[in-house]
Amino acid sequence: MQAFAQLLDSLSFEAARNAKLRLIETYLRAAPDPDRGWALAALTGGLDFPAAKPALLRGFGQDKIGEELFALSYDYVGDLAETLALIWETDPAAGPPPSLGEVVETLQRATKTQTPAILKRWLDALDSTGRWALLKLLTGALRVGVSARLAKQAAANIGSQPVDAVEEIWHGLSPPYRPLFDWLLQGAPRPSSNAGGAFLPPMLANPIDRTELDALDPAHFRAEWKWDGIRVQVAASGGVKRLYSRAGEDVSNAFPDIVEAIDFDGVFDGELLVRREEAVAPFNDLQQRLNRKSVTAKMLKEHPAHVRLYDVLQLEGEDLRGLPFDQRRARLEAWMALAPRARFDLSPLVAFQDWAHLAELREAMKSDGIEGLMLKRADSLYLAGRPKGPWFKWKRDPMLADCVLMYAQRGHGKRSSFYSDFTFGCWREVEGKRELAPVGKAYFGFTDEELRWLDKWVRDHTTNRFGPVREVTQELVLEVAFDGIARSSRHKSGVALRFPRISRIRTDKPAAEADTVDNLLRLLP
Amino acid sequence: MATDTLNPRSWLYPTPRGLYCEPGDFYVDPAVAVARALITHGHGDHARPGHRAALATPETLAIMRARFEDMPNTAQQPLAYGESIRLGEVDVRLAPAGHILGSAQAVLAFKGQRIVVSGDFKRRPDPTCPPFEPVPCDVFITEATFALPVFHHPSDAGEIGKLLRSVTTFPERTHLVGVYALGKCQRVIKLLRAAGYDKRIWLHGALVPLCKLYQDHGIDLGDVAPVSDALLETFKGAIVLCPPSAMADRWSRRFADPVAALCSGWMGVRARARQRGAELPLVISDHADWPELTQTLKDVGAPKVWVTHGREEALVHYARSIGIDAEALHLAGREEEGA
Repeated sequence: MQAFAQLLDSLSFEAARNAKLRLIETYLRAAPDPDRGWALAALTGGLDFPAAKPALLRGFGQDKIGEELFALSYDYVGDLAETLALIWETDPAAGPPPSLGEVVETLQRATKTQTPAILKRWLDALDSTGRWALLKLLTGALRVGVSARLAKQAAANIGSQPVDAVEEIWHGLSPPYRPLFDWLLQGAPRPSSNAGGAFLPPMLANPIDRTELDALDPAHFRAEWKWDGIRVQVAASGGVKRLYSRAGEDVSNAFPDIVEAIDFDGVFDGELLVRREEAVAPFNDLQQRLNRKSVTAKMLKEHPAHVRLYDVLQLEGEDLRGLPFDQRRARLEAWMALAPRARFDLSPLVAFQDWAHLAELREAMKSDGIEGLMLKRADSLYLAGRPKGPWFKWKRDPMLADCVLMYAQRGHGKRSSFYSDFTFGCWREVEGKRELAPVGKAYFGFTDEELRWLDKWVRDHTTNRFGPVREVTQELVLEVAFDGIARSSRHKSGVALRFPRISRIRTDKPAAEADTVDNLLRLLP
Repeated sequence: MATDTLNPRSWLYPTPRGLYCEPGDFYVDPAVAVARALITHGHGDHARPGHRAALATPETLAIMRARFEDMPNTAQQPLAYGESIRLGEVDVRLAPAGHILGSAQAVLAFKGQRIVVSGDFKRRPDPTCPPFEPVPCDVFITEATFALPVFHHPSDAGEIGKLLRSVTTFPERTHLVGVYALGKCQRVIKLLRAAGYDKRIWLHGALVPLCKLYQDHGIDLGDVAPVSDALLETFKGAIVLCPPSAMADRWSRRFADPVAALCSGWMGVRARARQRGAELPLVISDHADWPELTQTLKDVGAPKVWVTHGREEALVHYARSIGIDAEALHLAGREEEGA
């Protein structure tokens, strides 16, 4: 556990990607099995300990120093696991600290009632870094700036393999990955990728704007609408059916309606949407179904999921990734024409003559379910990662509103001493009196320098405090950019903004001239 | 020593200029220039220039002379640890605070009632100053910079060990160590020496005058030299001390691929360490941590405690939970930098 704790500690302070890789590689080479396998599982998000949830940790902390002091401590540190690690004191009589393997294997066997006592013994035995790492591991949020992809890259590096060679067999493996390390380090045969339902690393697009398009020949490109859902991969092979997020996370459990509707063998890229009748529901509706381990019958009925397909990677065992886009598209269309499929349809191509024409189409498209255009080279092969050149996303221009800052809250993690979450409002009239109604909350869009400025402004203009929240004088205008707007009964103002961010600080504009709620309502689709 | 009828707030209380002792007609660590000031120690948020008269330890006065140009215009009254003096109707004594060279607690007695203004303090040993002396009193005024149970400063030796291990691991890189110019700098040098590091330690120019002052007070820092005197080649594998602000400054670009180490009590909290851009955070503090603060309340045994600058809320809560009549005392002009 100590070596793993030191790895996490170093990673958390290391910003450079290559240095992070070297740290992980060094650990994976030196650590024994099964510790390194569990470490890899932890870094790729593959461990889950149902008995060790935040409420348990909070209870530990409150028992140790009392509710009030624990609340103050947590508010200051901004991270539950770290707070508990810091307030706990090492007990020299507690014996040697556990190994990572011991931690994982013990917890997997332990019953819910046994867990607290085991945890306390380990917290006593570890030092503060060890406690922090243990608690991060248990709560499943390492946040050391390592993506699953980076961890797999490090694993691939120790065996001098390309990362996609690891990625393709990944979903057939399970922690602590003994066969993987035997292959990478001992020269054993590569584990099989025929596990079925394997995730294929996706191809991603780079952003582009109107002026950059002029350097490209429109004849070489195909256009599709960029749907306002989430990118998924439908993977059905060897009798296994799965739905993956773009990052390779298996989200099948949250979308049984999609998985049940798979009656084919193939791997497809598409957009996951909630669809009622023919219409795509707002992104908000899809959000209701995300991040769930299971889903209720009511949810399935009221928020039916749907996948709009736009690429085919594999069909009945044949790998199509080496074909150019146009040929894959032809295969996809032919396959879709074979039979109508509930819950799947085809994302149409958008025909256009030149960029000016496409820009007009983009302007004219007012649908809420579309966030812009995708541009794909007709000859582009399906390449994993984000290659520069073949695919672009051309997003719709955001909507803008001038809002007045009302409240600010301290951030978490890296921003725990900064007021970085901003609630802003627009004017409305209530019983003849003009007042601000909160319309949204944003915590990014600004530079580090602007954040320091905003933090100071908040501290200098505080009128009231509610725990970590400060109310400020109603005089700072923020230009807020957002991608969409919907009616909402949960918000006092009656509207909810999609993806709001601070685009400019308008110190030049008097607060009285900021937008009204009525102005926002006019933007509703 | 207590007099039940006398309200301590009637003779020592906060004003916009700072903490004022009425029967003695002086301020303790005032935020602005005043007629008569008692200065607990030389840090900038406690010692300010321009007072007509200043009373402090001889070391603190020397530090103020090194830092402020117009000290000749201030009537300076040195008072060594343990000596007493009467100001107006108040008996004043200075007791060691263990914070930095010359740092003192002001022990004030009036009509049989004793108030101790501790200034900034710590309880662990510091090779550059005498240790904190717990003085029994009726009212204890404590700082609260690290007054949260999350602050358990680890051992100094362990933190210095981290630095030396990193120097061994990256022998081709310069270790830039961010330290506050007064106190932290000299203590870190002494800790390095105690750990057996006897190579030359390089100093940013801003650190040189106060290091010289410490040396003049008999504190042996070993081989130290300013960076500006050397060829850049010299700094591979070297330890260079600089003010934290210099680490992000163009000044630091002269060193190839430096490791950014920062010495501060704040380094114990990850988010704070990351905000300050530390790659090698070292928890070395000149302020008491939570166990030291709570132990000190027990050691001085004061029935009343006033809590100043920092996280007052937690310490007030703790003190009340053990039966102490505690409240926050808001003083103007306190900062948390350099802690």
